[in-house]
Amino acid sequence: MTSPDAVLEITDVTKTFGVVAALKDMRLNVRAGRVHTILGENGAGKSTLMKILAGVYQPTSGTMTLDGKPYAPRNPQDAASAGLTIVFQELSLCNNLTVAENILATREPSTAGFINDKALVRKAAALVADLKLPVSVTARVGELSIAQRQLVEIAKGLSIDAKVVILDEPTSSLSDSEAEILFDIIDRLKADGVAIIYISHRMEEIMRVSDDITVVRDGSYITTREKADTTIEELIALMVGRNMEEIYPPREVAAPLKTTAPVLAVSDLSREGEFSGVSFDVRPGEILGFFGLIGSGRSEVMNTLFGMRKASAGTVAIDGTEVSISSPVDAINRHIGFVTENRKEEGLVLSHSVERNISMVALNAFASRLGWLKRGRERVAATDEVNRLSIKTASLDTIAGALSGGNQQKIVLAKWLLTAPKILLLDEPTRGVDVGAKFEIYKIIRQLAAEGTAILLVSSELPEVIGMSDRVVVMSEGKVTAIADPDRMTPEKIMSFATGFPS
Amino acid sequence: MNEQNAARTAFMQVLKQYGGIFLSLIVLCVIFSLTNQRFMSLANFLNVLQQVSVIAIAAFGMTWVILLGEIDLSIGSIIAVAGMVGAQCLAFGLGFVPAIALTLLAGALLGLVNGVLTAKLLLPSFIVTVATMGIYRGLVSLPTNGAPAMILEPAWTAIGTQSFLGIPIVIWFVAVLFLFNHILLSKTTFGRRAYLTGGNREAALYSGIKVDRLKIMIFMISGIMAAISGILLSSRLFSAQTNAGMSYELDAIAAAVLGGTSLAGGVGTMIGTLIGALIIGVLNNGMNMMSVPYFYQLIVKGLVILIAVYLDVRSKRAKQ
Repeated sequence: MTSPDAVLEITDVTKTFGVVAALKDMRLNVRAGRVHTILGENGAGKSTLMKILAGVYQPTSGTMTLDGKPYAPRNPQDAASAGLTIVFQELSLCNNLTVAENILATREPSTAGFINDKALVRKAAALVADLKLPVSVTARVGELSIAQRQLVEIAKGLSIDAKVVILDEPTSSLSDSEAEILFDIIDRLKADGVAIIYISHRMEEIMRVSDDITVVRDGSYITTREKADTTIEELIALMVGRNMEEIYPPREVAAPLKTTAPVLAVSDLSREGEFSGVSFDVRPGEILGFFGLIGSGRSEVMNTLFGMRKASAGTVAIDGTEVSISSPVDAINRHIGFVTENRKEEGLVLSHSVERNISMVALNAFASRLGWLKRGRERVAATDEVNRLSIKTASLDTIAGALSGGNQQKIVLAKWLLTAPKILLLDEPTRGVDVGAKFEIYKIIRQLAAEGTAILLVSSELPEVIGMSDRVVVMSEGKVTAIADPDRMTPEKIMSFATGFPS
Repeated sequence: MNEQNAARTAFMQVLKQYGGIFLSLIVLCVIFSLTNQRFMSLANFLNVLQQVSVIAIAAFGMTWVILLGEIDLSIGSIIAVAGMVGAQCLAFGLGFVPAIALTLLAGALLGLVNGVLTAKLLLPSFIVTVATMGIYRGLVSLPTNGAPAMILEPAWTAIGTQSFLGIPIVIWFVAVLFLFNHILLSKTTFGRRAYLTGGNREAALYSGIKVDRLKIMIFMISGIMAAISGILLSSRLFSAQTNAGMSYELDAIAAAVLGGTSLAGGVGTMIGTLIGALIIGVLNNGMNMMSVPYFYQLIVKGLVILIAVYLDVRSKRAKQ
């Protein structure tokens, strides 16, 4: 397995926490000028491996070499000085500082402790220009979009001369065009002989950027393949340890007839500066997909429907009656549920138990009229939801923050399902969720639709929208550019409507 | 037998959750009983409880506010306002019951102002209550131009000086208000919503919790608890003093934080706060018995708070 151009070699690395082995006999051989993807479900041991490489954890046993020399970083500074840099998926930027200050944080050019601002801006600008990033280095990070922040994060990671660069889900909040910028950067790094360790859940993207792919499962090394020798289907099967016939479960109940009266009808909904003239309707049991690039206004429409923001014009009708929804309480009273885009910020109370998170919205159902909690009833309902959605948790008292992304997302779904919503808004319901959990979430969505819930599915993954939706609303720059039956529209056509250049 | 077991598991649970703090309390008691034989007596225990009652009740209110991730620095001033409102009502010839009612109403109103400024104008509660701390303290002096107001109403002064069933009335107050706050926090939807909102305000908002209303109500609880503290204090002093309750907010915060309430919000219990208040009471009482000079008491109190909170943080980190 050893090859002459190996930069980073890991042999039989094991990491145990108490009696639990998070990583068992891990192997990895990362070569110069190549992209090596680590593929595995959440909880498979990827994060532990990355933390060992970055010096956050020390392995219990096993050896690592970097550039032929033994590599045993005791902290992230060790790792950086040995030539390994890591770009984290969680944004670690200071919003109040400028792009330049963030990129060169702790390495600001200075004399006698006073920062040389001009040199700082010059150095950062050179770096940003070199990476061809569309951001100004004097802008405050807080003013940038999430996607731009992600690009800044990447620039920060690459501001150190590194032999090995780890990219942990770098595209999770990038649009396709921004991802292209990243892929260009990766190509140039490869040409310079840098080895890249890449982590992502998006299969199409993995097949695009990778040279080598190592699959991990349950903390163990499974296999390493060259990209040319494998397929998406094979990789998924290796990763989940079973064959997955389909990524998207098919409809089992027929879609509602076109003549069915809509449960929700939106007409000419507008909000200044965000979106305008948005009209659509959705029938009970229908899955209505929303596709658009970041900034197209999809999430803003959902937030407005849920009463988080005020519409400046337009009407919303539920069951044929015009309604005014000015707060989430109004929306919930009208049986609307909302699984938001950012589950950690808006969906969960991470420091509280699984049970408390599940009962959060429907709390009144587990209390007397005077507000006395009936803990027994609450526990039964939470247990039912955990079983129904097969949420993997040690107990109902485990804190939500301790669960994997997929299971956290199921908790958010569970808390809305307890309210029996008639209309369920799902904003990126499978973001940061591994393939196995994705499939289960899709099945839940199908099941809900079969039971008559109208579903609005917002996603920036085109295959997901096409695979799941009965109809697709395509948005671009705050306007609906097309409403289409996905069977009658090619992905290319949908993408052209989304980019605002219908051909 | 079963009851004994249940009691034992309940005790073990308290020990597990409040281990560090509980241990600190016991260590303090042991040290003080070794240095002074009178320390470990029922009479002195009641004495400690009596001394700590004003702080404990204010700390129950503070626990709600901190739980929500906010802070209320105005409670010391509300304690003084409450005493003065009571004294003025009584001087005006209103009876005991209307005077109590108006005093509680004043506490609720001052809390309402804090809550509305924080929740509706979106000002940080730290700034709001620093400002109202000054404003409320100034209001106390308005009726008497800064002079203390005597309280002669026997029912009012009985609260701080008389006993009921052999136990001082102020201790009954602490017990009843502890139970009230404990039950409201741990057994009702209101309490649950406070925990959830303190844990993640955004998620609470998206889950249909009326976050603003909750915040205002909790500042009102804090105001009412401070007003009750003010009634106790003024009845013990037979008067309303303009500097009453000065810096009591810091002792109340210390009691809550000693008891494991997280300043980040979302975590805390009334039992913890009660233990925290007891630690402060035992420290004061023990050092007074040892005739430790006041300035040394301040230093020791500060150090004990640091050590106790450190032990607690460490034991919680070890559990994770």
